[in-house]
Parts: sequence; structure tokens; C-alpha cells
Amino acid sequence: MAEPDSQPALSRDEVAHVAKLALLDLTEEEIDLFTVQLGSVIETAHDMNNLDLEGVQPTHHPLGLTNVVREDVVRPSIDRAEVLSQAPDVEDDRFKVPPALGED
Amino acid sequence: MYTTVDRGPDVHEPSIPDEWELVVGLEVHVELSTNTKLFCGCANAFGAEPNTNVCPTCLGLPGSLPVMNGAAIESAMRLGRALNCTVSPSIMARKNYTYPDMPKDFQTSQYDQPTNHDGWLDTPEGVRINIERAHIEEDTGKSTHVGGDGRISSAQYSLIDYNRAGVPLLEIVSCPDIRTADEAKAYVSELRGIVLALGVSDAKMEEGSMRVDANVSVRPRGSDELRTRCEIKNINSISSVGRAIAHEANRHIDLYETGERPIQETRHWDEEAGRTRPGRSKENDEDYRYFPEPDLTPLVPTAAELEAIDASLPELPGAQRAALAEAAGIEPTEASLIVERGDAGFALDAIAAGGDGARVVVHLNNNLAGGVGKLTAELFAGLVNMETAGELSSTQTKEVLAEMVETGGTAADIAAAKGFEAMGTGELDGMLDELIANHPDEWARFAGDDEGESKKMAGFFTGQIMKATKGQADGKVVAQLLNSRK
Amino acid sequence: MSVAKPAAFGDATAIAALVASGDRTAAAVVDDHLARIAEHEGDVHAFNLVMADDARSAAAAVDEAIAAGETPGRLAGVPVAIKDNMCTRGVPTTCSSKILEGWEPPYTATVVDRLVAEGAIPVGKTNLDEFAMGSSTENSAFGATKNPYDLDKVPGGSSGGSAAAVAAGFAPASLGSDTGGSIRQPASLCGVVGVKPTYGAVSRYGLIAFGSSLDQIGPFTTTVGDAALLYEVIAGDDPLDSTASPQPALPVSSKLDAGVDGLRVGIITEMAGDVIEGISGDVLARLRAAADALAAAGAVVDEVSVPSTVYGLPAYYMVAPAEASSNLARFDGVRYGLRADGTNTAAMNMASRTAGFGPEVKRRIMLGTYALSAGYRDAFYGKAQQIRTKITEDFDSAYENFDVLLSPASPSTAFALGDKTADPLTMYLNDVCTIPSNLSGHPAMSVPFGVGDDGLPIGVQVLAPMLGEVVMFQVAAELERAGA
Ligand SMILES: [Zn+2]
Repeated sequence: MAEPDSQPALSRDEVAHVAKLALLDLTEEEIDLFTVQLGSVIETAHDMNNLDLEGVQPTHHPLGLTNVVREDVVRPSIDRAEVLSQAPDVEDDRFKVPPALGED
Repeated sequence: MYTTVDRGPDVHEPSIPDEWELVVGLEVHVELSTNTKLFCGCANAFGAEPNTNVCPTCLGLPGSLPVMNGAAIESAMRLGRALNCTVSPSIMARKNYTYPDMPKDFQTSQYDQPTNHDGWLDTPEGVRINIERAHIEEDTGKSTHVGGDGRISSAQYSLIDYNRAGVPLLEIVSCPDIRTADEAKAYVSELRGIVLALGVSDAKMEEGSMRVDANVSVRPRGSDELRTRCEIKNINSISSVGRAIAHEANRHIDLYETGERPIQETRHWDEEAGRTRPGRSKENDEDYRYFPEPDLTPLVPTAAELEAIDASLPELPGAQRAALAEAAGIEPTEASLIVERGDAGFALDAIAAGGDGARVVVHLNNNLAGGVGKLTAELFAGLVNMETAGELSSTQTKEVLAEMVETGGTAADIAAAKGFEAMGTGELDGMLDELIANHPDEWARFAGDDEGESKKMAGFFTGQIMKATKGQADGKVVAQLLNSRK
Repeated sequence: MSVAKPAAFGDATAIAALVASGDRTAAAVVDDHLARIAEHEGDVHAFNLVMADDARSAAAAVDEAIAAGETPGRLAGVPVAIKDNMCTRGVPTTCSSKILEGWEPPYTATVVDRLVAEGAIPVGKTNLDEFAMGSSTENSAFGATKNPYDLDKVPGGSSGGSAAAVAAGFAPASLGSDTGGSIRQPASLCGVVGVKPTYGAVSRYGLIAFGSSLDQIGPFTTTVGDAALLYEVIAGDDPLDSTASPQPALPVSSKLDAGVDGLRVGIITEMAGDVIEGISGDVLARLRAAADALAAAGAVVDEVSVPSTVYGLPAYYMVAPAEASSNLARFDGVRYGLRADGTNTAAMNMASRTAGFGPEVKRRIMLGTYALSAGYRDAFYGKAQQIRTKITEDFDSAYENFDVLLSPASPSTAFALGDKTADPLTMYLNDVCTIPSNLSGHPAMSVPFGVGDDGLPIGVQVLAPMLGEVVMFQVAAELERAGA
């Protein structure tokens, strides 16, 4: 069931909403551009509806392995200094971030 | 295993008006006490130096991959079976949301195919609460909010320690079957007892290894509708469970009664203020975009594994209470404390060794709250026998018991060393003759028809004898003696 | 202008033999390659980082070990280039993204450890489309890589740097990653051998994820024999990757000389001209020529339909972005990489991501977020995962009658820089022949088989059943002999 041609596959509002979910701050121009570009990919994706998929199981793991687990044995952790050396901001051996607002 | 149950300070819970009924479901997170985290070999330990139990995987570094801890799965299935759940093939899923203490910015959890589902738990009072699911997921790191007055809202910045990130959790989700705050507390307490009996977690609410969120709504009593619910987080003790639920229910009732209605949202329990507050708005507007975790394989327990788990389950608190009640001739609810403390086996052994059931239970409840120490069930039975034979008064028994816990000595030796000679009936008879002679009026009132007076004077004479014997006389024997002379 | 590798520069097998026997030092080998890099890297831009000092000291260590009588590794002294989305401890690993610029991982990818354990010498981190999202290596935050055969053309992508490095003779072998064709398509465009192993045959530990259920690491080399050697070194179970196949590396070198007599080879009908549009005539001509060559060597060649492969492209452009949207969520400015200012954590997260990701990465994150979002997940992500099953089933039916399948690796030869950057969908069509194998997890490889009308290289894709690498390499070796 393809979308009628007159209707865009994706609205500008949807793009703006998705950008928020994806934590991306898009410009108005980017939203316009993505509305068109993502819309055309999504239109193509509607081709998938041409295939009868009734009762077809999804593939999540190509090899179909199950029950891959490890023993509950402690392995050495990595050096804290090496980890923290890559952090943008550190205080008291912890990762420092701006305050989380909007919370009580 | 000995633990005290945190019932919190005895703060009064607001009551619920009769025409309203509570509808509560609980989500309980239990940290599984495995050696390592859920997806990496870092130590699962509380209280380490910040960011020392971390690796590429639990820091969510680019390129790292998770590998499932087999022991965590086993613990999860054991707890599932103990909660009468069906254990099914399951898959891990990604719950996508962003928070700085969650290294991958998604939580690896279970979604539509959890390990455990459709179980139940019976509270000691016999109320059955159905369990929807008990699924495996990973814990987050810990944020410390710095600056301001300590509240997140006024903090200047936050510091994050990822030692806890990736610690295995089991989230046990009850059905909305709970109808009173007491039932909620009983459910949590019983669940905690089961967790402890299985040894899969230390379940300390104050350390966060057991955490309770409550979904609360109310409805007019008699109705079967489901009204708007609020999720209450940040509940830190079993007593808070009751208070938070009762408070939230009353908030809903107040809204309905003034023509308003609650909105569905996440709220946080403020222990000090005794009220709930709205959470961050983001929590209420999430689209988690769940999808199966491509980096982990499905978990498919074999029939043999499940049989082995069932066979390995210890006797659970409900069964322990029933067994002790039967052996001691008490009500199952009277056995709760002993079972919670993990002393049911000890009690049963002492009874089996000949100790009087009722006295065994009394001593365990009242005089052994600090643990049994070096006391064995056999030695304990010996002491109880001396007590019931009248060889030791209850005061003496208590004193001997305390020393037995310390030293592991026998009751007879300790009593002898303390000079607790059994006070013979003959000796007491003589004392009583003297008392009656000195207090004829009191004796007449004791022997008279006025029951109140008689009781009062029984106390008088018993007290006099105790004073004269420095407490060494057995109260029961004295009472018998008084009555035989009446 | 072409800076393609001179034929006599030495392949990995030959170098390892010379170094092992003491006829040549690893130091000399490395110096030769570093000299070649110094001469041509400015034109090609295959690398984000050339590890000259590290390479020289690693070479010295290999030479010392051999002098001390230690058993030389199977890749003793062989320079290798590593795609810059594989972690190397203490060496910047960027994914060609500003968001990871300067990041030095505290650990090393399993594949790199395995190469080094066999005496290979990493000489640099190669350029790629940012986070491996692209088919031309133009989406790099650090500038495009050029095709060594024609510096005005793209090398393909996303492993364009690794393909170009081998084609230009900067290293006889390199590692790439292939999520939708990112090894095979650039291999085709750069005239080198490129292998996408069976999903799970090679550990992904330390490979910065794009589409986790599709990503696979594989080698680029100039010969099929070298590719087999590299494969045997890097493949095999890894306790750090749950999705790794729980068996040792397949002995893919074992049948390189066995020929193809009696093997059944199926040309995928959908990719042979009429069904999937846009495959150029010269590419189809080389496909036919390859089939003829195999037939001449005794193979039984026929066409076979794998009907659902035509749905590969739309399915892929839902699954890969969906997984990517989640995999790339962690780039939030908290623990590593770029941080942009924000008054609170969420604002900082958003500012960092917005400043750090390039347009194609943003586009795919958006697409994937949409495909998983409430109300759309079943229609897009869910359907796409079902189509994977269909494609796998169709491949499996084809393999009931055929030992391997044949198709183009890329619809065209290398195209001009800037030619396809305006319209993402046009760029996505480059992967039309390679995507189905990623969706199913089957192995596939591109083998150079002549040139197109423009004189640029064309690769033929050999596809095989799950863990069917031995017969895949066997057929590839025959194509190599026939094409030589
Ligand atoms: Zn870890």
C-alpha cells in the first residue's frame, strides 16, 4: 500500500520530532532538506509492502546462535587514568557534566 | 543467614477514605549479587573507588560489545521460578533513551520476550499478587549533583561514577493487584524474603540493591475501572512504600473530589516532605524505540536446566512459615519474624531436639534478635527444657541464653556458674508461710471473690517472693503455689 | 593520473616469506612502504593517520624476534593498513568524524591484535565515509580519498581508504568493514580483492558499530591468496563477541589450487541486467566474461533467480540506520570525543552531536530513529527484518542447486568525485548488488576481473552459502587465474 503521490511520505513536523528524539538540533533548512530526502527513502521503503510477509519470522541474528554466555569470573578492569584522560571534563575521578535541569 | 528487615521508622500512613479503593502495581528492581557485571568481567561490587570497576563494555566505549553473564541468567531464572513464573526463551532488547549515567545511551533490557512471566506471590496474610514479568536488565552509573542545596534542580554540575553501570538487575513487575498500602509493604517484604532465601541479592533498600517503584491509581470502591496512574519513584524503604502509596492515593482522591483528575506522569517520593513531586518532564514523554539487541544472542533455557533450577530451590519463606507454625503450634504469621531473619531452620532444629515450640519461638523473637551466635539448636533445646522444667526462671533463662550466645557453653554449666540453683517448692512453701503470716489482710484479699483484687494481690505476693529470692524463683511455680493455697 | 601499485611491489605472502627466511628485514619492508606513502599519500589521501614511528619500532621488534630464533608469524613484517573505525590502543581512532577526533581508545580491536600477533605491522589508520556511512569516502570529515587509478574518481566506500591504500601500494593488505558493501564495492572500484566474511566469522570486538547485525570486518589484498591468508589470521571465535561463530577460522587457503571443475555456478538473474536497473553494460560484460571463464575451467554455469534480493535496498535502508541510530546514541559528549557547550546535560548532548556529526550521519540517524519510532517500527524496521528472512530463504534455495553465485560487485566503475553527493538515494544505489549478503549474513567477495570502457577496474562478486568461504575462495582463485 504505497502512499498517494500527492501526500509527502514524511511531514516537516515529523522530521522535527525525530530530530528531537535523535538529539540533533537541525536548522530550518536542514529540516526542509531532510523532509524531502528522508521522504524519498521512506517512499522507496513502501516497496516492501509488495512482498507477502505474512507469518515470516524476522531475522535479528544471521547466524542464529543462542545461549552465548560467559563464566561469572572477574577480569581486570582498565586503568582509570587512561579512561579519564579521554574525557572532556573530569573532577574527583569522575566524569563531569553540566547540570541536569528540569528534574526534581 | 541473619538480616534485619528494614521496616523504617513507624510513621503513620494517611488512611484512605472507605468509598475509595487503591489500585497499585509495583516494579521492584533487585541487583543480582553476581561476581561480575551483566555484560563484562568487571567486579560487581558496592563501594569501590569511583570509576575503578570499568572497562570498554560497561563504559559503552565505541567498538565494545556485551557478553552475557551466565550466572546472572541463572539467578534470574531461579528467582523467576521461586515467583511461580513461566520461564521462557527470551531476547535482550535495547531501550533507547539518553541519560549521562547510562554509558551507551540505551539500556540493554528485555521487552516483549522476558525471561520470566506470569507468576505470583502470596503474602504472609494469604493475599495472592500476580506477577506480570520479571526481566533482566542492566543498572546505570551513579550521578552526584554538586552545588546548590543538593537538589538536582539547583545543582551546578554533576559527577558520574560508572562502577554500577552494567550491574545485573531483575525487574519484577506485579499486576495491579495490590489494594492497600499494607499489602504493598507485605508484598515487598515477602519478595525480599524470597530473594534472600535464594541468595541472589543482598536486597538492601538503603544501599539501592533493592528499589521499588509504585504505579498508583484509585477508583470508587466496587468499580472495576482502571483510572489514570502515576509512577512513584525514589522510594527508599519498606515503610516508605506504604507512605508513598497512601500519600499518592490521597492526592488522586483529592483531585477527583474537587472535580479535577490526575495526569499520567512519573513522580518522585520526597521522604522528608512526606509527599510526591512531579519528575522531570522528559520521563513522561519518551519513545523508547525498543528493538532486539543485535549484539546478544537469544536465551533458550533447556528443560534440563529448568528442572535443575527447580530442584535446587531452597524452602521459601511461605513454606518455612508453614513448617514452623506446624511444629511450634503457632499461627504462620507469628513465624514471620523468625523466617525473615533466616532462623526458621534453627527453630525447627531446636524443636526437633526436644525444645518446647512456643518457648523456642518466644526466645527467638524476643531474645535472639541480635543473632544466635555460638548457640546451637541442641544447646538451645537444653536451655528451653530447663526453663520449662522450672529449673530456671524466665529471667534466669534470658541471662543464661545471652551467655550461651557468647560462649557456646551448655545451659547447665552456665546456670551452675551463675549460682542459679533451682528453687525447690519446699523452700518457697516456707517463704510463703512467712509472708501470709506477715500480711494477713493482703492474703484475704487474694483469696476473696473480687477477681481484680485477687490479681493485684497475686502480683504483690509474687513480687515479694521474687524480691526475697533475688529473682531466682520461677514465676510460674510461684503462681501455682499461690493458687494451690487459695 | 594513476598512482596504482606497481606489479612488482610484493604481496603479503611473498613479503612474509622473505622476512621469515631472513632474506629481507621487516624494517626494510616498512621503510619501502613508508617511502611510497610519503610519495603518493598527498594525492590519494588514503590515511587519517600514518603510524610511521610505531611501524618502524614494530618492524624492529619483528626483526629482533626473528633474529632471536622465535617462530616468525604468518604475516611477519607485512605492513597492514587499518580502517579508522577499528580501535587501536593509544592511537587515534576517529571513524572520520569530528565527534571522535583525537580519541585514543584504551583498548585494541581483536582483529588488530590478531594481525599483530602474526607479525603484521600496522602502518596507518585509513580514511572512510564518516562512521562507514557512504559509498565513496567523500563523507569523511577529513577530506575525500581518491582512486589511485584515477585521482579524479572516488575509490568507493565506505572502506575507500583501505582499498586505495592497497591499490596504491601503501600496504599489501588492509582491513575494511562491510555493512552494505563497504569492502566489496571499493575493492571493485580500486581493482583489489575484497572479502566480506560470513557474519560472525570475524570478531567485531573493537569495530565501532554501524549496523551491528550487518557489520563484518574483512581484508583487502592484491591477490586471492593474500586475502585467504589474512582471513585465516583474523577469523575464528572470540569470547568478546557473542555473535562470533563458535569455531576456528575456516581453512580458506586449502582449495585455492583445486580449480572449479564440476562446481555449479549461478549468475543471479536479478543482478544480470533486466530486473535491477542501473547496472552498466561494461560491468555486465565482465560478469558474463567471468562466468564464461569459470565454464571454460569446468564449472557448470547457469542463471538462478533470487527474487527477494530486489527488496534488499529498501530493507537495508531501514535496518542499518535503525541500528546505527542506537549505536551512535553514545556520542553524547560525556565520556569521550567532542563536547560542545550547553547549559545543561541535554543541551550539551545535543550541541555536541549537532556539531560533531556530518550530514550523512545525521541523515541516517534520523532515518533510523524514524524507522524505530512509535507507530512506525512494525511497518519499517519490523518489515525489513522479515525481508532479511525472505532473502536468506531465497539464497538458501539457490544454494540447493549451486555451490556459489555470481554477480557484479558494483553497478559501475569508479565515478567522479562529487558526482553523486547531491542526492543520497542515487548514492545508496551503489550498494544494490552487495546489500543482500549483509542482510542474509552470507559471505561474498569481489575479485578484480578486467576493466570497463573507461579503463577503470571492475570486480566480480562471488557469493557463497553460510560459512561457505572455502568454496568462495576456490572460485575466486580460478577467476584470478583466468583474469590474469
Ligand atoms: Zn566492565
